[in-house]
Amino acid sequence: MSDLARLTMFEARSGLRAKKFSARELAQAHLAAMAAARSLNAFITETPDRALAQADASDARLARGDGGMLEGLPLAIKDLFCTKDVLTTACSHILDGFRPPYESTVTAKLWQAGAVMLGKTNLDEFAMGSSNATSCRGPVENPWRRRGDNRPLVPGGSSGGSAAAVAARMALGAIGTDTGGSIRQPASFCGVVGVKPTYGRCSRWGVVAFASSLDQAGPMTRSVSDAALLLAAMAGHDPKDSTSAPLAVPDFNAAMTGDIHGLKIGVPTEYRVDGMPMAIEALWRDGIAWLKEAGATPVEISLPMTKYALPTYYIIAPAEASSNLARYDGVRFGLRVPGDSLDAMYEKTRAAGFGAEVKRRVLIGTYVLSAGYYDAYYVRAQKIRTLIARDFAQAFEQCDAILTPTTPSPAFAIGERQDDPVTMYLNDVFTVPANLAGLPAISLPAGLTEDGLPLGLQIIGRAFDEQTMFRVAGVLESAAAFVAEPGQPGGVERTMAARGT
Amino acid sequence: MSKLIQGQTGEWEVVIGLEAHAQIVSDAKLFSGAATSFGAEPNTQVSTVDAAFPGMLPVINRHCVEQAVKTGLGLKARINLVSVFDRKNYFYADLPAGYQISQYKSPIVGKGELMLSMADGEMRRIGITRLHLEQDAGKSLHDRHPALTYVDLNRAGVGLMEIVSEPDLRSAEEAGAYLRKLRSILRYLGTCDGNMEEGSLRCDCNVSVRRPGAELGTRTEIKNVNSVRFVMQAIDYEARRQVAILEDGGSVIQETRLFDPHRSETRPMRTKENDYDYRYFPDPDLLPLELDAAWVESVRRSLPELPDAKKARFVSELGLTPYDADVLVAEKSHADYFETVAKGRNARLAAHWVSVELVGALNEIGAGIDTSPISPAALGQLLDLIEDRTISGRIAKDVFAVMLETGQGAVALVEERGLRQVTDNDAIASAIDAVFAAHADKVAEYRSGKDKLYGFFVGQVMKAMGGKANPGLLNELLKNKLTR
Repeated sequence: MSDLARLTMFEARSGLRAKKFSARELAQAHLAAMAAARSLNAFITETPDRALAQADASDARLARGDGGMLEGLPLAIKDLFCTKDVLTTACSHILDGFRPPYESTVTAKLWQAGAVMLGKTNLDEFAMGSSNATSCRGPVENPWRRRGDNRPLVPGGSSGGSAAAVAARMALGAIGTDTGGSIRQPASFCGVVGVKPTYGRCSRWGVVAFASSLDQAGPMTRSVSDAALLLAAMAGHDPKDSTSAPLAVPDFNAAMTGDIHGLKIGVPTEYRVDGMPMAIEALWRDGIAWLKEAGATPVEISLPMTKYALPTYYIIAPAEASSNLARYDGVRFGLRVPGDSLDAMYEKTRAAGFGAEVKRRVLIGTYVLSAGYYDAYYVRAQKIRTLIARDFAQAFEQCDAILTPTTPSPAFAIGERQDDPVTMYLNDVFTVPANLAGLPAISLPAGLTEDGLPLGLQIIGRAFDEQTMFRVAGVLESAAAFVAEPGQPGGVERTMAARGT
Repeated sequence: MSKLIQGQTGEWEVVIGLEAHAQIVSDAKLFSGAATSFGAEPNTQVSTVDAAFPGMLPVINRHCVEQAVKTGLGLKARINLVSVFDRKNYFYADLPAGYQISQYKSPIVGKGELMLSMADGEMRRIGITRLHLEQDAGKSLHDRHPALTYVDLNRAGVGLMEIVSEPDLRSAEEAGAYLRKLRSILRYLGTCDGNMEEGSLRCDCNVSVRRPGAELGTRTEIKNVNSVRFVMQAIDYEARRQVAILEDGGSVIQETRLFDPHRSETRPMRTKENDYDYRYFPDPDLLPLELDAAWVESVRRSLPELPDAKKARFVSELGLTPYDADVLVAEKSHADYFETVAKGRNARLAAHWVSVELVGALNEIGAGIDTSPISPAALGQLLDLIEDRTISGRIAKDVFAVMLETGQGAVALVEERGLRQVTDNDAIASAIDAVFAAHADKVAEYRSGKDKLYGFFVGQVMKAMGGKANPGLLNELLKNKLTR
């Protein structure tokens, strides 16, 4: 692997500005890494020609002394973002052959900032899944392996391709979307940083919708400061998205002062679940200790509605999805399977186009919105959602940020947990509440399991207070000193030593 | 006039509520910037939002909101400062997203009212239940291909106001009057052009029958009727159909029906279309619509004078009869034309000339008042000639006919054709003398008591004078000479 692919975005940016290497060389190094790691199935559409063309344009701008905040930085794009004239499928057959005539607001901002597109990454079909197993393009392999066990592991999901691409040094950074944990859970499984911003921070325009009231785009990187940089480029008010917040984008990197003296860090008692591995418990305790050492004050907080978050999510998200996915009907774009009547065409098209998990959620969603069930399910779920948000609002009267594990388990093997959807849904137990409450949350790699798999810690912030979230995350990142890399046992040992376990 | 239907077993009362779908006058659609003009080539006024491409999001058109608020205020209705957009989910080829964005539980406009002037001079208050904003669907074209259906999305996403009345209407005539009045108010406000033939105003009719004073009967809904005449025919047919069923001992099925204008009858829609569960829920792509009370007040202050107020003013200030005022205010263009003509003139005379002579003549040549060959100023000059006795009312009609045809001014025409009324006593007297000389026998008959011959003399004198004799003077002189 070329050293150029091992840089952080900040390092690459300095190198480009100092003319140590060109944007073309940087892009080529990543395209080579992508080719070498193709077996991970992280990218489903590679765009090398476009990458090189964009890199050349970046080089020209850099030569003139111009260039945006992401000038020349090669990125991977989750295939849920519509990219103009580039195949966009949401990893569903129903969008076979779909080339959008428009560019999503978030990706347009990236290109405007000078970023280079390497390709589109794999995901669970329509972002519905926690293991990348529901993709119509096949599963993604996690670049990490358990020590002494060569079975391929899941990268998490739904942004599994983006997480794997960043972890395996195929991209300097990637963007994903997070509806119930789809950025943070794969970030945790793959040992990278992932941010779900406050709902409304990034425009949803041009992002294939899963659950509109929960979906948020966010960055996936190998450092917290890279995530702050990438988010700053992605975020901002968009008049084309009515739910986008009309707020200026703060300088997230400037907020990372390294000083968290006086901050109160909430530790929710309800985030201990049965059967959670000891390593995760231990890491969480370490996290609390590191922040305390850095001058923050841990406070026990209670989020009593937490246990209802997952069932609430699995009513609201499928309800919205069942309606959002109605447009895939074979009439105007994507797959069409002809039938004898309009209804027959719908049925055949949707039967052939959607996978099992998508069908399951469309059915659940249709059910909970049906006459006679709406009040019992959907309306009640919305009420609980309000209570969950209130839990957080009350907690934030006592603390400035909340620290939790990102997931209740490390990455599992491909094929494991496929039989029971509910077990799969439990992956999102710690991540879903932030989506329901619309709060910003970050996962960063902070430790390893005994068999060498990365584990993430999550920091949840107040709405539109990503600055405090990044500030705490930066300190936690330094304390955790996570340097392990996939397939590099040496790195594992160093990290274990650094953690002092 | 009884509104009741006479059945075999007694009288029945019809109960009607109307849901009007009024297309909002706006250059852009309700949630996209695409254009809205009628009659464009298929699929030329469609954005990726209207076609529900992946990732496309709706953004409310503020102008459409203002139009809905204006309409609500025009119907003296409560404006809800917070309203919510919901999704109405169903699959159809001309509904690209698989849902229609509408307002279900929290509409932008609540209860209001509309006043009807009935033929007997009574005013009837018809309650408005609500007005809400929603998107129109596209159009399925079944006649372009033997086996396939084509879809035109030009109309998809166009803003509609659904205006729902209380079940306060009691006859097809009342329903027709309601719809005409509603259309008139919408046109005054400029919020809907009301062109039913272009589909910019369509109507669903809820109809039930009952014994006078009894509980409400089971209703049927007749969908998408597109003219006032058809609304009245559909209701008439449907009410009689229901009476016949009930009198036969049957019961009315609650269902959705379609009106067939060729046969003037209603038929049930396929039952499948009755079975939709629309799975309404708040659209998560849109925030609740919040209005500022001060802004609503500013809209209220900017409202134009509406038909009822205009009518009252025409009666109290201009001295028109309520009937004449009603006729004039029904169409704003007529009322405006009238006001221009009537300014500084005899209002009653102006009312007659506008609503009878002008509108009648325009109907005959198939023109509207906006395209009238005679301008209000030109008509005003004609009325001035009548008022100052330059010409008689009868001559005025002839002059008017020529004006309509040639576009010439009244003053010039009267001069050119020598139509000026003769008010010279001697000229009229000598004409009378000449007629008397020629018809001495008739004069004798008259004087011996045959009064009916009076008209004969008037006619003869007028004929002799080319119709230009001042009728008053002629009468005066003729009577004098006859009784002498």
